[in-house]
Amino acid sequence: MLFVHDIDVFHGDAQALDKVSLEVPERAIVAIVGANGAGKTSLIRTIAGMHRPAAGTIRFKDRDITGLPSHEVCDLGIGQVAEGRQVFPSLSVAENLAMGAMIPRARRHKARNIERVYAMFPRLLERAGQAAGTLSGGEQQMLAIGRCLMGEPELVMFDEPSLGLAPTIVQDVLRTIRDLAEGGLTCLLVEQNVAVSLRLASRGYVLENGRVTLTGTGAELLADDGVRKAYLGM
Amino acid sequence: MNPFATLARLVDEAPRRALLLLAALVAVLLVAPVALDRYLLSVFFLIFWFATVGQAWNIMMGFCGQLSLGHALYVGLGGYVGALLWVKFGISPAIAIVPAMLVAMAFGAVIGWLGFRFGIEGVYFALLTIAFAEVARIGFDNWSFVGGAAGFFIPVSAAASPVNLRGGPMLFYYVALAMMIIAFILCAALRRSRLGHAWLAVREDAEAARALGIDVFRAKMAAVVISAAMTAVAGVVYGFYQNNLFPSQTFDIARSIEMILAPIIGGLGTLFGPILGAFILTPLGQILIALVEKIAGRAIPGVNLVFYGAALMVIIWFTPNGVWPWLKKKLGIPEGRE
Repeated sequence: MLFVHDIDVFHGDAQALDKVSLEVPERAIVAIVGANGAGKTSLIRTIAGMHRPAAGTIRFKDRDITGLPSHEVCDLGIGQVAEGRQVFPSLSVAENLAMGAMIPRARRHKARNIERVYAMFPRLLERAGQAAGTLSGGEQQMLAIGRCLMGEPELVMFDEPSLGLAPTIVQDVLRTIRDLAEGGLTCLLVEQNVAVSLRLASRGYVLENGRVTLTGTGAELLADDGVRKAYLGM
Repeated sequence: MNPFATLARLVDEAPRRALLLLAALVAVLLVAPVALDRYLLSVFFLIFWFATVGQAWNIMMGFCGQLSLGHALYVGLGGYVGALLWVKFGISPAIAIVPAMLVAMAFGAVIGWLGFRFGIEGVYFALLTIAFAEVARIGFDNWSFVGGAAGFFIPVSAAASPVNLRGGPMLFYYVALAMMIIAFILCAALRRSRLGHAWLAVREDAEAARALGIDVFRAKMAAVVISAAMTAVAGVVYGFYQNNLFPSQTFDIARSIEMILAPIIGGLGTLFGPILGAFILTPLGQILIALVEKIAGRAIPGVNLVFYGAALMVIIWFTPNGVWPWLKKKLGIPEGRE
């Protein structure tokens, strides 16, 4: 569904991504793991159209989307749940969700989608009128995911969805992602929580200093000595 | 967007009591001139005028979160375009508001493009808006075709002609009142539009808005351009009200600051804030000017600005979000409604 081929990305003079290639098949969960500063967020932002790659191509559903502005990429069906949740703190939960349906592809089914999101996260319905900034961290993550789903994405990129959440909440979030994938959504998951994300993923990529150094199925990577040493402390 | 349908929806959404109250208020303002003398009419003109430009500025700052400290630029551009077309070519200001808006929109677009395309944000963007107003001031100061620093004058004619904005304080009272009401309705419609929601998202968190597929650049550009156009209309009216335009006053940064006080005091991002703020600030400023004249025996220029500064501090101290949000709470109007 998504093909990233040999992309280079620079932030000023610093190279963030160096000939990165990856493939996300339809209805799969693909995990990207790596340390802080390995280029994971740069990769997501580049696919989302928020950075322009200096070289390489990005294809989504057989269409070249390299260099398209972010609002057009989003409208093609690539959603993202950004790092740090980024809810609109002073807007209500309902207003936050509505913001997810601003793109043209999602406008028509707004009412239907909002019901779906509430069915998926009943907590959000309970707090529909409450300012998003007053929600707990876990609820904010639910809201961020729900808001992204309001845009009717076919592929969702999750950037560190477990960051700063209590372990039990992390389980909830990851279960949600798995459920979404089973429901037909394609997921690109960026996580520092390597063990969990590789267990969830059908395919994983290890990103180091802007390069893909290793790739394989989630199970293969989990069994790899290098991965075990570097990320799992074994 | 059908304007009548939008208006009908706006009326439909507002609570009955609020509508009645608003209608009563408008009715009072409509008949008020019978009881007002020339001086009071001119005070009300200033209130309506500042409420209008405050509303326009509020689109940029209150709705979209983009700080402009150079809105005097659009007042001046509107004023000069209107006055020039009338004096040099005999074109009525009723028609001249269109080119006035277009010129202001073009300048707004240039400022916006420079700022938003190259990521100049926050205070730096505000500096950019100041720079443009200053450059305009210096430019008009040295442009002899428009009178340069000596000013540009609109001849006073004995015959009243409302469409040409020739007439007494009564005429300007009604023109400014109409302007304020139209600006209010326009802002109410804008705020509930898709564009208005995009502005809100940009104001709250531009990065998050981008991640949701909102075209942040377009939303910001629209805010600047619409705000500039509205301000330019007020500029045309101001030029004809004053009958003269001096670059050193028209484009002055003090004017830009004066314009933004009402919406800040009244409540940023609200619809009633700019109006309420103007109704509080302008009369107080006028009273102060009169008092100083009585006590000192002469007018001291700028004294009202000193007072505005003090009033701003006091009001923001007691109602940090502005007077309207505070009043709304007192009146028991629920959060999220005007």
